[in-house]
Parts: sequence; structure tokens; C-alpha cells
Amino acid sequence: MAETVIRLKGITKRFPGVLANDRVDLDIQPGKIHALLGENGAGKTTLMNILSGRYRPDEGEILIGQKPVQFNSPRDALQFGIGMVHQHFMLVANQTAAENIILGLPRPRFFLRRTRVVKEVERLSEAYGLSVDPKATVEELSLGQQQRLEILKLLYRHVDVLILDEPTAVLTPPEIEELSLTLKNIVKEGKAVIFITHKLEEVMEIADQITILRRGRIIAHLTPENVGSRRELARLMVGREVVLKVDKKPAVPGEVVLELRNCSGFDERGHPAFQQITFALRKGEILGLVGVAGNGQSELVEAITGLRPLSSGDLLVLGKMAHRNSPRSRKEVGYIPEDRLGVGSVSNLDLVDNLILTTYPRYCKNGFLERETARKAAESLISGFHITAPEIGAPARQLSGGNLQKLILARELSKSPRLLIAEQPTHGLDIGATEEVWKELIDQRDSSGILLISSDLREVLSLSDRIGVMFRGRLMDLFSTDDEERVAEIGPMMAGVKREQGR
Amino acid sequence: MKLFLERRSRPSKSASWLATGLSVLLALIMGGVIFLSVGANPLRAYAVMAVGAFGSFHDFSEVLVKAIPLILCGLAVAISARILLWNIGGEGQLALGGIGAAAVALFLSRHLPPPFVIPSMIVAGFLAGGLWASVAGLLKAKFGVNEILTSLMLNYVAIFWLEHLYFGPWRDPMGMGFPGTAMFPEPAWLPRFPQTRVHLGLLFGIAAAMAIHWTLSRTRWGYEIRVIGENPRAARYAGMNIDRNILWVMFLSGGLAGLAGMAEVSGIHYRLQQGLTVGYGYIGIIVAWLSRLHPGGIILVGIFLAGLLVGGDQLQSVMHLPSSVGMVLEGTLLFFVLGSDFLSRYRIKLTR
Repeated sequence: MAETVIRLKGITKRFPGVLANDRVDLDIQPGKIHALLGENGAGKTTLMNILSGRYRPDEGEILIGQKPVQFNSPRDALQFGIGMVHQHFMLVANQTAAENIILGLPRPRFFLRRTRVVKEVERLSEAYGLSVDPKATVEELSLGQQQRLEILKLLYRHVDVLILDEPTAVLTPPEIEELSLTLKNIVKEGKAVIFITHKLEEVMEIADQITILRRGRIIAHLTPENVGSRRELARLMVGREVVLKVDKKPAVPGEVVLELRNCSGFDERGHPAFQQITFALRKGEILGLVGVAGNGQSELVEAITGLRPLSSGDLLVLGKMAHRNSPRSRKEVGYIPEDRLGVGSVSNLDLVDNLILTTYPRYCKNGFLERETARKAAESLISGFHITAPEIGAPARQLSGGNLQKLILARELSKSPRLLIAEQPTHGLDIGATEEVWKELIDQRDSSGILLISSDLREVLSLSDRIGVMFRGRLMDLFSTDDEERVAEIGPMMAGVKREQGR
Repeated sequence: MKLFLERRSRPSKSASWLATGLSVLLALIMGGVIFLSVGANPLRAYAVMAVGAFGSFHDFSEVLVKAIPLILCGLAVAISARILLWNIGGEGQLALGGIGAAAVALFLSRHLPPPFVIPSMIVAGFLAGGLWASVAGLLKAKFGVNEILTSLMLNYVAIFWLEHLYFGPWRDPMGMGFPGTAMFPEPAWLPRFPQTRVHLGLLFGIAAAMAIHWTLSRTRWGYEIRVIGENPRAARYAGMNIDRNILWVMFLSGGLAGLAGMAEVSGIHYRLQQGLTVGYGYIGIIVAWLSRLHPGGIILVGIFLAGLLVGGDQLQSVMHLPSSVGMVLEGTLLFFVLGSDFLSRYRIKLTR
């Protein structure tokens, strides 16, 4: 098994208007954790989709032990022991973990033999430290557990090469540590792990080998030992010096733009999602709500934006009592939703249609849509926010993640909002795009109150003037970013550890 | 050598046309097999159909007559599909449109100045069909009831109601027991083009297609329909009222089918009678999907399918084959076109 060296040779993949991979060479060795580092849109995921059989390369070949192979589907790749955990998990929500694991396998053919599968899964869980209850349905599992399940799924199929796409994006700091232990266990057995990331610190901590991709090309092959500094790594990745420190003047709080008094609400299944939330947000400040995904933040945001009714409490938006369940996302309230593709944009409509999605009443007169005016406004937003797009008539699905986010940001800021709600605004974006988004948010602070919801602690710390920590639907604490003592407690608070009483 | 499919990053226009052409060909071949199975020469049968439908001015005018309800019903299905609704109830809405128009013609036209009769019938037919569809729309919007089931089941209610009317209370007392209402007074007849049975309904179809195309691209409502149809979650996020749009689109959709019913009774039958609900509402579904929901395409496809129907009738009289062959051909055509859709989304590659 240790002899299987997988080699990618001259892999080229084109998408309309984009050269996603440009003659990429990559060697994968067993027993090593290989980090694939690069900005968003650098072609990391495309390359791995090729290795895992989801795409076919336009040119180049995949060699396994000197022999060229061709994958027509992920199933073919799995036959050769290559499996991938995608950023968006491929699980069936209402089936159990064990059922998900045997999904798509040729055996068992008819009878499921659940107990046998459950035993095998438990054995694997134990061996690799991947605790998942095999009998729990996927919807009961946290994102971290779902990820472990995805990994188990591949181990159950005896993969030798495990590919993980942005595995840490959904994890808490302790879960990230667990994952890195698991990965180290896996490579000890002579398997290879490839993980895609754009987070420099993870690369330095976990990886044995580092490959940096930029604009579809390999920029460097490195090992952590011969990397001088994180800064150097960032420079290789982005191609220029990146300042992660954010320049920001102290906040000048103005009038209250958003106020919540004892607000509670339910989730889809009728369970309490958030409870007794009280805070006020003023113009001129950024209030960061941090918490692990799934602790009530999304539901809270939906309630504030009028997409979800409150079960109790008072909500004041721009000084007015907000009527329950009327979408307030229109006038003077900007909202950057977490799900850019599923909520924030319409993939099949063109850029003009997308750039007026939340402002379209402005371009309507007597029931008619003034397309010319809308088009001009869209053009100026595209150039003003440096959105790179094939053409204005192209459907939004052709935009990269960063450009799509810039489009949404441009649209929401074009409302001149007094209240801006930004939900995971840089999730999945590369450093370059993250910087741009951050800068826009800070600039916007002068005219808006900004509610920032993020599970990226670094982002919250860099941008926020005040920080609130959410855990299981409750606001654990709310404090100024200058309060170093409490800032240091954020990690434990995200995990539900309440601050010592009596401060 | 191995065949495999690769997903195209965007659907190919040329492949899509090629696929449509190919599927028409395949449907014709399938139809040929069916002809052979009933002992007929396929080539001769197709020739009879083609000549029967497009061979003379008179034949073609009959094709246009049948195309009118098909175009209107196709538009009805297409507009609802644009907002992700399946209005399968075109047949019932067409029946209601006929009832509404007949009510005006039979009971109101005496009290109206003649030039107002036709417009009143148009309004009544549209309203009746629209309100009928709104039952399904309302159930969908308010309670999330599946509109496929409700609109379909309402068809039976509508058709029974229609039959009840012309067998019962609205039956012509002078009709010597013949099931049907009295003939409409002349002001309730839609004008026909000279020498044909083609009536003004053809203009309704064309005008409706243009109006829908224009509504979708140029109006605020059309923008909302497009957004909701592509991504309801984004529509909700943008503050659009999805329920209200569902109601209005269902109303419009039913209204178009109702207009087809009005045009049939006022342009062809001049009374309510058997033969109003002969499946145009269902064939409208095929029209809509064959034209990929495009209003302009619906006109062409409507004429084409009407040609199949008229040609099928010719088979019966010339070759003594069942006229339903035309319907069978339509079915196979839909089957192949929907199946071929994947060709525009995937490309076939050969590898060693």
C-alpha cells in the first residue's frame, strides 16, 4: 500500500472564460498530510474534483503507480481508493449515520444488515477517534459530527487517499484540534490525506507537505520546515503582501438602529432557537455576534430581517416596532445572507437582475421595470466594487464566490442602509476578497450600524467594536472588544462555559 | 472504447436544437413502428397526415382552428410553470371559460348592445377560468396543498358541471332532446376569417403570447415571477410576496385556459355541447414543455401539434386507422423531447 504514489501530470481544466487548472503537476505520497493552499478561485477544489472523479481534465493525466487511469465518476475514483469530503456534505438528512455510510455501496444488495454495519462503524469510530452515533439521523448531528461521518464513510470504503475540502470551515477550535489528531492517525496507517484550505495557521500546524496554487497554477511545493513565516506563505498564496491587521478608528456610536428586548423564536421544527435576546446596536459601531454555527444565530437574523416570526419580545428596527414576519430587508436595511447561492442571489438570472434583487422597487414605475436605468446602476456597481464578470448579461452562477459576495455587498450597500446585517460575510473567501469585504464593512460603519454574525473568531475580533457570544440560543455575554479579559474567554463561552460570577 | 457523459458547464443552445430535431425524428420512427404494428405503411401514413394537415389552404385553416385552444392552454401551463406551479387543470378551466362565456351569450346578450357582447364574453370566460384555477391557487398559497392534485381533480368537477348544464337546466327546449344549449344569438359569435372556421381567437393567442413575453421581461410582476421561479428563497429574502404571486399567476393561467374555452364556444360551436372538452387542456402541457416555456415557441409548437391532430383525423378517413394515432405521436414526442433535454446539459464523449 505504501508504494502507491499518485501523480497528477499536466492537468488542465477549462470552464467558460476561466482556466481553472493550468498544467498542474502534483505528487501524493502515502503517510503524509498534504495541504493544498490557495485563494478562492485558485483552482484547488477543481483539481481535487478531478482527482476524485467528479470532473474530467481537459488535458493531462492521473497516474497511479506509473499507470494512467481515467475516472468517469467518483465511484471509479473510489475503486482506486480515492475519496473526497466535499465542503457541502453529501448526506441524506433523514437517514441514520449507518444508512448513509452504506448508501451507494454495491453490497449489501438487498437486506441492509444494519447491526453488522453499525458494529463496523463503531469499530472505525473508535480506531480513528471519530465519534458518531451510527443510529442517529443526520439531521440530529452537528456539522462537526456530519463531517466525521463523511470521513467514516470513506474509511468504510477503504480509501487510501482522503481529500477534505475546507474541513475546518464548519468547526469550533476544539473540533479543529480533534480533526487534526484524527488526520494524523489516518496517515500513520500509510494513507494519504489532502486537505484544501486557505487558512495559513492550519497549514503550518497540520501539514507535512504544502502545495500553493494561484490562478490555477502551482506556485510552490514546500514543507512547513522550509517556510520562513506565515507572512511568506501568505505572499506566495496571494502574490502580494497581505496585511491582516485592520485599520480602524474607534467607534463613534450614534442613534440606536436596532434594538431587541427579550426576543425569543423557534426553529423549523418548533424548538426554541434563540431565547431572551436583548441588545441594542447603534449607528457607527460594528457588533459582532460570534458562535459556532447552529447556536441560534441564523434564526435570530431571520427574525431581525423579518423572515421568521418572534415568539415573544420586542424588536425595534430603525426606531420603529417591527411588525412580525414582514420582510424588512428592503428599505434602509441591508442584509448579506450567509447562503450566497441559495438565498442571496439567483444563479440563472443575469447580473442586472441580481444587482436589483432587493432594490427592484426602485427601478419600477407604475408596475414597469425600467431596464435601462437598472442596467446603468448595475454597471456602476460592477465597476465601483471591482466585480470581475464575463459580461453583464451573464448568469450569476458564472461568478466566483468572491465576486458573487462582492455583488451582494454592492447591492446591499447601494441601499445606503442605516442598518446592515452581515452574516458570515467572508466565509469561504480568500484573503484578497476577505480584505476587500472587511474594508467595505468598516467604511460603511460611518453611516450604518452593522450587525456582524460570524463563526470566524478572527473576523469578529478584527472588525467588531463590541462582541456578543451566542451559545444554544442564548447571548452568553456582550462586551467591548477592548475588554481583553473577556475577549480571552470567548473560546470557552462559545463552548458554553459561562464566565465566573462576580467578575 | 467507452461512452460517457460529461456535464456541460452551461446548457448548449445548438445542442438543444439538435436534440429537439433528433427527438422529433425518433418520435417519428417510433410512430412508424406503431403504424407497422397495425399493418399500415408508415411512409404512406405520414404522407397522408402531412397532406391532410398542410396540403391545402382549407386543411391548414383547420390546423389553425385547433391551434387556437392549444396555444392558449400552452400559455396557461407555461406561465404557471415559470413560477414552479403545475397547472394540470387547463381542461377544467377551459370548460369553465366556456360556461362563463355561454352564460353571457345565453342570458345577458339580449340586454347588451351588440358590440359589447363579445367583450363581455371574453371577460366572463377569462374570469370563470381564472377563478376556477384560483381555487387550486388559494389552497396552494394558504395551506400548501399540492396544486397538481387539486387542479387535476377540479377538471372532473368542471366537466361534470358542464355536462350537467347542457343536459339539464341549460338544455335547449327546442333541441328535440339533443344535449346542448340553444344556439347563441349572432352578436355572440366570434368573427371568422373568410372561407374558414379560423376565428378571432387566433389573435387572442398571439396577443396573449406577446403580452406574457413582455410582462415577464418588462414589468415588476414579471421580474418577481422570474425570481420566484428560479429561487423562491431568494425571492423571500428580497421581500417578495410569494403567496400573492402564486394566486395571481394561477388566476392568469386559469384565465388563459378559460379564454380558450370562450373562443371555442363563441368561435366554433356557438353553443355549449359535447365536444368542448376534448383534451386541449392536457395537450397544452405538451405544448408548453415542447416549447420550453417560451411564449413565441408556444405559437409554433401549438400549430405543429394541431397539425398532428388534424393529420390524425385524416388517417381515420383515408386509411381507416384510429385517429388517436396523432395523440400517440404527441405522447412519444413529449417523451423524447424531455428525454433529450439532457443532451443539452451533458455532452457525450468517447474514450479509449
